[in-house]
Amino acid sequence: MEKRVTFSSWTIGILFAVPQLLLIFTFFYWPAGQAVYWSLTLQQPWGGGNIWVGLDNFRSILANADYWNSITASLVFAGISTGLAMFVGLVLAALTDRQLTGSRFYRVVLIWPYGIAAPALAMAFRFILAPEAGFMAVVNQVWPGFWDPGLDGTDAMASIIIAFSWKYVGYNFIFFLAAFQAIPRSLIEAAAMDGSGVLRRFWDIQFPLITPTIFFLLVINITESFQDSFGIVDIMTSGGPANATNLMVYKIYSDGFKGLDYSGAAAQSIILMVLIVVLTIFQFRFIERRVHYR
Amino acid sequence: MTIIKRGLTALAAGALSAALAMPAVAEPVKFDFWFGLSGDLARVVDTLCKNFNASQTDYEVVCTSQGNYDATLQNTIAAFRAGKQPAVVQVYDVGTATMMLSGAYKPADKLMEENGYKIDYADYFPGIARYYATSKGEMLSFPFNSSTALMYWNKDAFAKIGKTEAPKTWEDVGADLQAMKDAGYECPMAINISANESWQLMEQFSALHNQPIATKNNGYDGLDARLEVNKTKFVQYVTDLKKWYDAGLIKIKSKDLGQDMVQAFASGTCQVIMTSVGDHGTVGKTQKEGMNWDVAELPVYAGTERKNSLVGGASLWVLSGKSDAEYKGAAAFLNFIHDPKTALFWSTNTGYIPVTKSGFDYMKSTGFYDKAPFKGRETAIASLTASEPTEITRGIRLGNFTQIRAEFGTQMQAIFANKVSVQEGLDTLVKNGDAILDRFQQTYPGKTLP
Repeated sequence: MEKRVTFSSWTIGILFAVPQLLLIFTFFYWPAGQAVYWSLTLQQPWGGGNIWVGLDNFRSILANADYWNSITASLVFAGISTGLAMFVGLVLAALTDRQLTGSRFYRVVLIWPYGIAAPALAMAFRFILAPEAGFMAVVNQVWPGFWDPGLDGTDAMASIIIAFSWKYVGYNFIFFLAAFQAIPRSLIEAAAMDGSGVLRRFWDIQFPLITPTIFFLLVINITESFQDSFGIVDIMTSGGPANATNLMVYKIYSDGFKGLDYSGAAAQSIILMVLIVVLTIFQFRFIERRVHYR
Repeated sequence: MTIIKRGLTALAAGALSAALAMPAVAEPVKFDFWFGLSGDLARVVDTLCKNFNASQTDYEVVCTSQGNYDATLQNTIAAFRAGKQPAVVQVYDVGTATMMLSGAYKPADKLMEENGYKIDYADYFPGIARYYATSKGEMLSFPFNSSTALMYWNKDAFAKIGKTEAPKTWEDVGADLQAMKDAGYECPMAINISANESWQLMEQFSALHNQPIATKNNGYDGLDARLEVNKTKFVQYVTDLKKWYDAGLIKIKSKDLGQDMVQAFASGTCQVIMTSVGDHGTVGKTQKEGMNWDVAELPVYAGTERKNSLVGGASLWVLSGKSDAEYKGAAAFLNFIHDPKTALFWSTNTGYIPVTKSGFDYMKSTGFYDKAPFKGRETAIASLTASEPTEITRGIRLGNFTQIRAEFGTQMQAIFANKVSVQEGLDTLVKNGDAILDRFQQTYPGKTLP
């Protein structure tokens, strides 16, 4: 029988919940409600007035080819950067967990990238990947015109994916390593004594046991790749060239704040919210079935 | 104990005498000024503010940089909606239409009149005044930092191909670039094709050739103006630029690629660029040792009757909803900035040009333009005053023009990456730009530009 702390009366329970509810209301429901209202009206930026337009904002956005291009770019970005960041994080954590030489050192160093703010990181990568001055300039010397994120949309997309993945490799690494270390050593040692190799132990014992962590990181990485990519895009590509890296979150910013189209940006942020909710529900509904928590 | 007692008495006496002394020196009226310049330029603005505060005792301006023009407008809007707006704000040229419809300003000319300042509005260079004035010619804001685009050319490189003068026509530019390429120059000319370069590539070009950017006289005559750059001489221009780019005569230089075009020019890597006169100081300070260079007016196509170029930069708006005392201060501040001596200080320390004829004359009389680092900046005035502004060359009055510039960058990148043809790219620019204008018009139903 599990022991539970219970409250004798409703009022005390609600009183305890009030501060939290107030916070959520002020910082989430209220602005979100405001965004819904704005998305159904045409707002004058200076607050002079607004007109009710119903779903017109959504209609004009969804009829815009640029917006669909932005959705595609976001999905490509989310898919590849999540895959890359998780795969690299997993491999590094698995290797560190094997306690090879220097693994204590790696354990500390590999966490650092996550601590770097996105814009600072983007500045660093802008230099590293600059086709004329940075590291890639050397590659361009050998194959002229090989790397040109200024005009080639694929190169620009690759740049922001690399920068974003680099940051999240550190984040994923911490969680994977913790998950690996939570696996009882005796299991691994028993398997080793039975004669199974490193890879077999990984696939048959470690991997199934860390599926909850993999699932958690999948949800977080995908969600963050829709939201946390802003700083990187802003510094590295500003959404260019020719909208190739104009991710949804960046388009919301540039339409709303630079273009002063508050209503259109509000509608876009509602769509983005719905998209993230749908993706998350999808993950919980279909992928979580394959996760074993115990 | 006694020490503390004595100290307390002294403190009380001090406070009393301070309180008694207060009314004699009235506290100056404070008002806020938000601006969008950063770095070196922000320091110059700060000095300007200090000079104003030192010049009189009635008012104190508090100057705050908001980082850049976009952020200044965004923050001002947010502050305005919260009722905490500054008294004076610097808004960039293309924000003018947005400001005019905001209903959030106090007309500058009315403000000056109410506070007893006489400003000779005819003293402003017409090309500058018209950009910020209503269709009836009333000045709603005061021009502050103004510039125009010039062609920077490397005299040494042109000497190599036997030229001592900058090319005056685009036909000559094409030939000269080819000659420089043949003479072994890797990068005869540098351009960039992001949203920012809409200014020199599309806007200045169209003004110089008296070509419209949009119908309704570039938007001055109504919110129902729509773009038409896909059927003007601009098409030919983009076609030529693309042709020269493909032939290796033009290179794209931007910060993202490692070196922006001003750096590329100053370091001697590229021989010709088109940028603001505001960069004149930067090039002078950062140029390669011993490099000879000069500025010239932007070229036009052969057989074109050259018109005035457009002013770039920003103007000062006085916002509504402030107290009379603050308005008095704001008026004094605008009057201070209008002074020719301030113009000299401002232009010496930045690359910006004086906005009034009297300011320009005063600077000429001090010999400003004869000395080495500033020589050549008068070319900007020549370019701005090349003709009386026509219906088309007085400026651009389109809503959400920032977004149209962004669209310009997008389509130029698509064109230069060979994704679309020149005509297709410009057609899309017009189509998407019109959607932006349409939306702006819908947001302000029944309103007209003043």
